[in-house]
Amino acid sequence: MSQAFAALQNFLLKSSGLSLDREKQYLVEARLNPVIAQAGLNNLPELVARLETDPTLAKKVTEAMTVNETFFFRDRAPFEGFRKAILPELLEIRAQRRRIRLWSAACSTGQEPYSLAMILDEEARRLVGWSVDIVATDIAESVLKRAREGVYSHFEAQRGVPMSHLVRYFTKRKDQWAINQNIKARVDFRQQNLMSDFSHLGVFDVIFCRNVLIYFAPEQKRDVLARLTRALAPGGYLVLGAAESVIGYSGEFKPHGENRVILTRRGPGETAPARGAAV
Amino acid sequence: MKNVLVVDDSPMIRRIAKKILEELNFKASEAEDGQKALAAVASAMPDAILLDWNMPVMDGLEFLVNLRQMPNGAAPKVLFCTTESDVKHITRAMQAGADEYIMKPFNKQIVKSKFEEVGLC
Ligand SMILES: C[S@@+](CC[C@H](N)C(=O)[O-])C[C@H]1O[C@@H](n2cnc3c(N)ncnc32)[C@H](O)[C@@H]1O
Repeated sequence: MSQAFAALQNFLLKSSGLSLDREKQYLVEARLNPVIAQAGLNNLPELVARLETDPTLAKKVTEAMTVNETFFFRDRAPFEGFRKAILPELLEIRAQRRRIRLWSAACSTGQEPYSLAMILDEEARRLVGWSVDIVATDIAESVLKRAREGVYSHFEAQRGVPMSHLVRYFTKRKDQWAINQNIKARVDFRQQNLMSDFSHLGVFDVIFCRNVLIYFAPEQKRDVLARLTRALAPGGYLVLGAAESVIGYSGEFKPHGENRVILTRRGPGETAPARGAAV
Repeated sequence: MKNVLVVDDSPMIRRIAKKILEELNFKASEAEDGQKALAAVASAMPDAILLDWNMPVMDGLEFLVNLRQMPNGAAPKVLFCTTESDVKHITRAMQAGADEYIMKPFNKQIVKSKFEEVGLC
């Protein structure tokens, strides 16, 4: 492994938690070549040498290395779980306060928080008199910009979106589909690196943290999960990606019913199994 | 294996759609217009129909209206698959009893997503 690659690995680990696979060196180069060319540099060592002193370039490198794929109602089950299990439970638990806070913690181009916003709109009748916050964050400004615009391509707007929702929540603009203002207004997009302190965002009832920790190195994953736990109200819900689990990284959660990717925070009395034990 | 009838006047679209459907584990058959599709469903009702809108002889909407009046005609899931991509067309399709709507050009991800939507994937 080249020295430059090792330095890049170290940079990404510290700046975004991302764990770079040594075997994927060729892939890394393919992704970074445009950044190298655009900066007027010749190769990876030159790029790496500039990372410390050039924050704009450093940001571009991070953005080039992160996976942004996402789609509306991704995997369905977590969103159905939100509608049919989480929401009814919260309506009971929070009946006094009448306020619910949701966080989409790596929202990419916005499909995840907008999917939640559409569900809330559909359930609006049960939520009369309630206030529901959706905070959506990502490390990358480029995806946040697209998320805030809420304009999706022909392909993006069809993936995961039932026709009834397309007609109800989107407006056609040339070849693209723009999410309607009433849905857009429900989501508060903010830049936030999960590696940095996020306690200022407050405490949430539900955190969607999907398909991001899967790219993190173990130590970083443990650290983020520990802080996510503190950002979650007692009895709150953590929703993971289809291929993810907290086993070995956090003992603070237990599965919620049948749905393996919906977890709840253990109460104070409940003992957590030792690290590495199945939850 | 579930059966899907692909109704489209373009042989190329039928070929692409068939290939995607077979990759998604469906058994696909073809018809080139609404009239031929009506004959096909009369002899064997498929589980789903991928339906073009603009076709000679009988268009997709007319086919759908006829289909829904047949005995068992309510059973198959009907997914429009058309270049018509405005809210008016989608709404008309929904009112005529379509289950989903694919706007061309499409790809495998979209087809899969829409067949999941109607509970067949
Ligand atoms: C694959 S997308 C997941 C989108 C959505 N949650 C989903 O499941 O479809 C991963 C996102 O995580 C973001 N990301 C990567 N590292 C991050 C970090 N350290 N802090 C915040 N977001 C990060 C990327 O910018 C990217 O938009």
